[in-house]
Amino acid sequence: MTLETSIGKVKLKGPGMVASGIMDETGPSMVRMLSSGAGAVVTKSIGLEPKAGHQNPCFTEVKGGFVNAMGLPNPGIDLFKDEMDVAVKAGPIIGSIYGANADEFAKLAGKMEDYGACAVELNLSCPHAKGYGMELGTDPATVKKIVGAVKDAVKIPVWAKLTPNTDSVADIGVAVQEAGGDAVVAINTLKAMVISPELRRPVLSNKFGGLSGPAVRAVGVRAVYDLYAALDIPVIGVGGISDAHDALQYIMAGACAFQVGSAVAKNGPDVFNMINKGLEAFMFDNNYSSIGEMVGVAND
Amino acid sequence: MTDYGKIIGVHNECYDTKTFEFQWDAKAQPGQFAMIWVPGMEEIPMSLSKTGRIKSITVKAIGESTKRLHELTINDTLRLRGPYGNGYDLKKGRRYLIVGGGVGVASIIPAVKETGADTIIGARTDKDIIMDDLATKYSSNLWISTNDGSRGFHGNAVQLMKEKCAENQYDCVIACGPEVMLYYLYKACEELDLDCQLSLERHMKCGAGVCGCCVIDDQRVCKDGPVFTREQISKMKDFGTCKRDECGRLVKFR
Repeated sequence: MTLETSIGKVKLKGPGMVASGIMDETGPSMVRMLSSGAGAVVTKSIGLEPKAGHQNPCFTEVKGGFVNAMGLPNPGIDLFKDEMDVAVKAGPIIGSIYGANADEFAKLAGKMEDYGACAVELNLSCPHAKGYGMELGTDPATVKKIVGAVKDAVKIPVWAKLTPNTDSVADIGVAVQEAGGDAVVAINTLKAMVISPELRRPVLSNKFGGLSGPAVRAVGVRAVYDLYAALDIPVIGVGGISDAHDALQYIMAGACAFQVGSAVAKNGPDVFNMINKGLEAFMFDNNYSSIGEMVGVAND
Repeated sequence: MTDYGKIIGVHNECYDTKTFEFQWDAKAQPGQFAMIWVPGMEEIPMSLSKTGRIKSITVKAIGESTKRLHELTINDTLRLRGPYGNGYDLKKGRRYLIVGGGVGVASIIPAVKETGADTIIGARTDKDIIMDDLATKYSSNLWISTNDGSRGFHGNAVQLMKEKCAENQYDCVIACGPEVMLYYLYKACEELDLDCQLSLERHMKCGAGVCGCCVIDDQRVCKDGPVFTREQISKMKDFGTCKRDECGRLVKFR
């Protein structure tokens, strides 16, 4: 029995990755996550220039998860080399990048490839940064252009992280595939808002943000199910996974690997070891010998 | 957890520092903190200077957000998230020496109350000393240091701590204050082979252990800390030398 899995050319010892934005802005924190049982780490989304992100409050708890509007804080691609130098020695790192247009994405992807990333994940889905993320990622033609430009720029696999804030996530997935994208990652956070009745206003400085955590899991599973049916390229599931049972829903919907984010708050970095143990127990009880055997079994 | 606290008391601690008391039923340990926000400021982490059902924060007006907090008065409402983090590990029978520097005294006062331990308060001048009335009440012995000698020991809190460790037997030093003070305190504890628990600080965003913005090396100040043991600190290259800014860039202290 093995937890090894492949996302196209990318081979991982374990199917769980750290989702972008979680303990992945610095080299040492990425090393810690890899040593806690994560099969890979997706970096914080990195842009061309340093960015402070939105002012606090940029995060709040809600029933079933979190709403955040960090606003893509990052040190910029040039300084991020120092962090990658530390991280890539410890295991597979996927470089998450955001840009305002295809050129920016291509430049950033090239740098990530130089730094030793085993793949790039295009952030086409952040719901709270003006001019970036889902503002580009909800239009199939724009997605096609960006994925195509990045594919021309690098040899490493190109993944696209998709937003659920659209009427058809499958159409966006098809655009990624047609442009030569190597995998899709679904889902990013759901555009959301929290209002304080006591203060009579939204609590986040950016007013709206993105919902993550257990509350979004059923939305993510549905998105992965649809993408698996519509695409030939691999699908990676993310959204509200905190234990093996959650991860299995995504795998059986069609994900060959998954990412974990918000659960790191509650269960700590060790959540990956816990999920891995739970997966092994389920596979033993149900006579599965590999992750691959379970991928998509819930589809007809 | 998110909550709201109505301010029920405001005390002037010194010319630039005020304590705000509010009713908040959440369970809290000495050394824990809350994310505090009112409209018109950035949400910021603040140590709890009282940890019972009535809680308090003690605020030095040094930036825009803390100046905004100083405008608040009785019946105004604070938005609260937390309490977060690991507080001080206080065990019965252990002999603690507790050290507070500057506004860091706010964080150690609940630990002084719980243990009754010997306590040092360090400040720049007589005018900057805060909460010495409470420390006198709760501690077995209170010693004060000022950098200019205007009150108590003439020197810094670490020099005074070394003197007291020579005179008395302690099992562990607990401290909160400026990082430069904590750095030399840590060095002193290494020399004396004395256990310590230090409350550290970094630029914080989520406060809940998710985003990783407040890391020192690979440790999250908000979740793995803010109180760290000597063993944890011994593995930190950044401690006393550099911090991350809001973009995640490494900034050297000097």
